Amino acid sequence: MAIRERLSGNEAVSYAIKQINPDVMPAFPITPSTEIPQYVSTYISNGEMDTEFIPVESEHSSMSATIGASAAGARALTATSSCGLALMWEELYVAASNRLPVVLALVNRALSGPININCDHSDSMGARDSGWIQIYAENNQEAYDNFVQAYRISEHKDVLLPVMICQDGFITSHGVENIELLEDEEVKNFVGEFNPEHYLLNTKEAMAVGPYAVSNYYMESKKAQTEAMKNAKQVILDVAEDFAKMSGRSYGFFEEYRLDDAEYAIVIIGSAAGTTKDAIDEMRNEGKKVGLLKIRVFRPFPETEIAEALKHLKGVAILDRTDSFNAHGGPLGSEVTQALFNAKCTMEVRNYIYGLGGRDFKVSDVKKVFEDMEGLVTEGKEVEQYQYIGLRG
Amino acid sequence: MKDTVEIRWHGRGGQGAKTAALLLADVAFSTGKYVQGFPEYGPERMGAPITAYNRIGSDRIRIHSNIYEPDYVVVVDETLLESVDVTAGLNPDGAIVINSAKKPEEVKEHLRGYTGKVYTIDARRISVAALGKYFPNSPMLAAIVAISGVIDRATFLKEMENSYKHKFAKKPDVIEGNMQALKMVLQEL
Repeated sequence: MAIRERLSGNEAVSYAIKQINPDVMPAFPITPSTEIPQYVSTYISNGEMDTEFIPVESEHSSMSATIGASAAGARALTATSSCGLALMWEELYVAASNRLPVVLALVNRALSGPININCDHSDSMGARDSGWIQIYAENNQEAYDNFVQAYRISEHKDVLLPVMICQDGFITSHGVENIELLEDEEVKNFVGEFNPEHYLLNTKEAMAVGPYAVSNYYMESKKAQTEAMKNAKQVILDVAEDFAKMSGRSYGFFEEYRLDDAEYAIVIIGSAAGTTKDAIDEMRNEGKKVGLLKIRVFRPFPETEIAEALKHLKGVAILDRTDSFNAHGGPLGSEVTQALFNAKCTMEVRNYIYGLGGRDFKVSDVKKVFEDMEGLVTEGKEVEQYQYIGLRG
Repeated sequence: MKDTVEIRWHGRGGQGAKTAALLLADVAFSTGKYVQGFPEYGPERMGAPITAYNRIGSDRIRIHSNIYEPDYVVVVDETLLESVDVTAGLNPDGAIVINSAKKPEEVKEHLRGYTGKVYTIDARRISVAALGKYFPNSPMLAAIVAISGVIDRATFLKEMENSYKHKFAKKPDVIEGNMQALKMVLQEL
């Protein structure tokens, strides 16, 4: 039986953590993810869960302790945002390369500077090549559902990679919305017990975690890591299928909204997808054939599937909530364009940067992008390959 | 006819405008509505102007932008009237309610020609009378419920009592005062 509730995104993820009841959670607070360790430690002190909570003195330590706990054989997690993720930088790579199935509840926030506490994707996008699986949410429901699915993906024997469950800072983390929660037993049965094959506290099998690898071995370990990331694709779909059977809510690598018969589409990640859907409905009422592809899984990057879903379009606008400062586009723009090139698609493609540091993304912004794309295709209007949208006039 | 009611709150950090918006979302949820309640954070300081928002409707709400054309506006601190354009985009068929001891016609000069309905409620007087202290958010919450009609009054009082019982489980003495504040506002508006 689904439980109807209204929760903020931070409450929703904390509730999922309570239901999963992992073994160890080291954490250091940072806005806007602070509430997650706050709620979890309250659940623990109320006796509603028995996770070992370790308050540490920095995010470098929270990820280090998470790694240590996971290597020892525990199911471990932490939460962070922005500069906290940046301070974990070294450890992100250590977690992934040691093939530790830890989960990170990431609440996306801009990186400094100027100092800003609001949402953009510069934190997680900066970590896109660290070897972590990355799954993004449009709303509180998806943040919760993604978290419930996380350990089944990370702990799968063909994967064994850390997972970052991302949601938009303040917009979903502090916004209260309706949500359907699963029963505790359903979640426990779905996630299951963690029985690692190899772990440090196994006295019957001596092992080392994180030793030096000379050049003769280093590259093979990287190749194994990339194979695991490839394997993750099928595992993510299988876990989503099981999740749909339990919850009735279906997930894939991405969501297509009114895309089948569309001529123009926006590709976007996160909470802005909801605003885009409302704008699309308004434009459809005016006869415009517009649609959306909302990315859920960014790592592994579902390249061929994205190209297949977009190949019929006349124009594709890719919207990034971060800039790569490479002077030619954002990370999503570059990778979707590569996907289209490899699939020999030749439609018009443009890349927009939006919503940095919490700049509001509005229905009117969506309409402007679609008008640009239609003007470009039908009238040859000049539209810059890469531009900012939503700047103050 | 718009099926989602949009409300914008203007207050100052520390006055509880965000809490009031979240409480309104809670109460509307408990009557079976789809809701959003969210704050817009600027610099996190006591006294700095803050904005909070509600969307309340009968269908799932997907939009995640701020509210630019609200149906209703609540002003928790009347000193904001001179510095913030509180009626920006406000629906002329909607209304604004301001926490003030003045009469509506006395505050109208600050509303930049807004032609819709204007209400004032003296949250300080009510809060001090009911609670012995100045907490403007409960009176202002009752005020927006009264003028917008998003929840019927009896249901609102019943749900608020449940909510306060939960929220103040360890301070039951403040429940009665808060309920009294709500009722006083509903009688005035």
